[in-house]
Amino acid sequence: MTGSAAADGAAADRAAADGAGRRGRRAGRKGGGEKLVVPAADFRSYYGRPVVKETVWGPDIPSYLFLGGLAGASSVLAAGADLTGHSELARATKGAAAGAISLSMLALVHDLGRPQRFINMLRVIKVTSPMSVGTWILSGYTPLALTAAACAATRKLRWAGLAATLGAAALGPAVAAYTSVLISDTAAPAWHGGYREMPFLFVGSAATAAAGFGMLAVRPEHARQAVSLAILGGVGELTAKRLLVRRLGTEAEPYESGRAGTLMRGAEGLLWAGLAGTVLGSTVLGGTVLGSRSRVVARLAGGALLAASALTRFGVFEAGRASARDPKYTVRPQRERAEARESAAPAHHQAATQA
Amino acid sequence: MDAARAPDILNTLGLGTGPDDLSLDPAALAGYADHPPRMGFFTDTSVCIGCKACEVACKEWNAVPEDGLLLTGMSYDNTAELSASTWRHVAFIEQSVPAPIGTGDAGDDSEVRWLMASNVCKHCTEAACLDVCPTGALMRTEFGTVVVQDDICNGCGYCVSACPFGVIGRSQLDGGAHKCTLCYDRLGDGLMPACAKACPTESIQFGPLDELRERAQQRVDVLHDAGQADARLYGADPADGIGGAGAMFLLLDEPEVYGLPPDPVVTTRDLPSMWRHAAAAAGSLLATVAVACVAGRR
Repeated sequence: MTGSAAADGAAADRAAADGAGRRGRRAGRKGGGEKLVVPAADFRSYYGRPVVKETVWGPDIPSYLFLGGLAGASSVLAAGADLTGHSELARATKGAAAGAISLSMLALVHDLGRPQRFINMLRVIKVTSPMSVGTWILSGYTPLALTAAACAATRKLRWAGLAATLGAAALGPAVAAYTSVLISDTAAPAWHGGYREMPFLFVGSAATAAAGFGMLAVRPEHARQAVSLAILGGVGELTAKRLLVRRLGTEAEPYESGRAGTLMRGAEGLLWAGLAGTVLGSTVLGGTVLGSRSRVVARLAGGALLAASALTRFGVFEAGRASARDPKYTVRPQRERAEARESAAPAHHQAATQA
Repeated sequence: MDAARAPDILNTLGLGTGPDDLSLDPAALAGYADHPPRMGFFTDTSVCIGCKACEVACKEWNAVPEDGLLLTGMSYDNTAELSASTWRHVAFIEQSVPAPIGTGDAGDDSEVRWLMASNVCKHCTEAACLDVCPTGALMRTEFGTVVVQDDICNGCGYCVSACPFGVIGRSQLDGGAHKCTLCYDRLGDGLMPACAKACPTESIQFGPLDELRERAQQRVDVLHDAGQADARLYGADPADGIGGAGAMFLLLDEPEVYGLPPDPVVTTRDLPSMWRHAAAAAGSLLATVAVACVAGRR
């Protein structure tokens, strides 16, 4: 590391000798052998070091992004299945919600620097802090999801179970969507830059996860609602991801290269495979061509959709890390913005003084 | 346009007596009725000699743990960055510039220009770290500065990702977030922060922010008159993306050369829009599941 930093310095020296103080210098990249997809525009930096800090969050957080989405969307699907008389799917998805949100809580506390102080989250309510808002959403949602699952599993307290099911379904979309604000409300360029599309990507991913779980856990004849949700959620997720990448333009590189790129491509491959399996296993064609094997295909498809959702969250997480690590993603758009303003400002000033 | 926006919002909230005062008075916005003037730093990098006395004084006074003795290869900078255990960081930049005629090195018409700058927490008027902190551990002081209350911080790390300057870090030692306090304890006793006290060239100046702004503008004017056209102020404009910094700088090159973001904007400015988008997405999830349940109900 020392060696590469020294090399960076030497490269900067040479570039500086070519044109002192002028742009046209590319700060040396740290070793890693990553190939650039598009030629980087010129930018300057302090020895190629990051401007903003990479997140200190570990794998607990992308795991939570996945599990929280699975829980939130599962609660909504459970209520829908319950109200339309599909108790088998309802029971399974309530179980998924309860299990996923319990694991989420463990992951969230485990990721704290001082886990024994997790309770300090309940000192304040701050709408400026998505983490505070999320804490209170989870505080309301978790008991409801657990109650709904317990009543469904024991088949007791039917009315309490229904109330909890509806309550969890009302808060479920908030659980699934707020996590997008959690990561977008940061200085990580790839996260913040995609804040308009991220919520739709996250709820799409949550829907495919819940649907995938339903297809995996329930026999196909009881999982038709999950099949419909898988297709709608999958299409939503793919669309939101394309829009996000299109908005970021050249700054979408963190989503397309390196580890994040591998994860995002893996997620998309699994999603397409899952959707293909969903359609194949659930249609008349599935019955005639695959026969009894269509059940296996439906379950495999469900597993693929679950895995796709998880990989999407890890991919988004890694993209944010990568965008914070490389100063070009921080400096380049800010420099462009500053220069655009500077070139516009004098004219604006003149107009103001004349008026 | 931007200049008018932030104060307008404050006035709309009924917090305003005059836009100019309030945009600079975060302590009043935080609820301090009767408070001392907003205090801050003006770091004039044109007179910094890179002695690192500020780094040492900060560590000594605040009992900040050492963070390893590494050689980075980055000129004389072996501190590398601001972090949980570095609250002042001196950057060293060696540039090759055209030499005055007849004074260049043998066989060369260039000479080395040293840029040295002591970086620190900006104590932003609109502080992202404070906004996103879920426990209330980060707070605004009566001096308008931003500090972490160590007994409350639970180490969630959100502030670390939110800071547009990469200032605050989470300690590996105690799991909590730490950064410059502008020597809150010393200020309470009428003393100046340790770094400013130790600075031998008055590169680090401490005082009421409005006085520092004037002094900074005078200094940049002097440098411009002396032909130093690249001198510029950083963080001195209340109309910027963080509502102006409580710690401003005089720089001799573009901010990114010093590792500073060229046009930082506090992430929470977009938060209302983020919540709106999330609400729309949550609604769409509800609608999608409803459609799926009706379509697949048979």
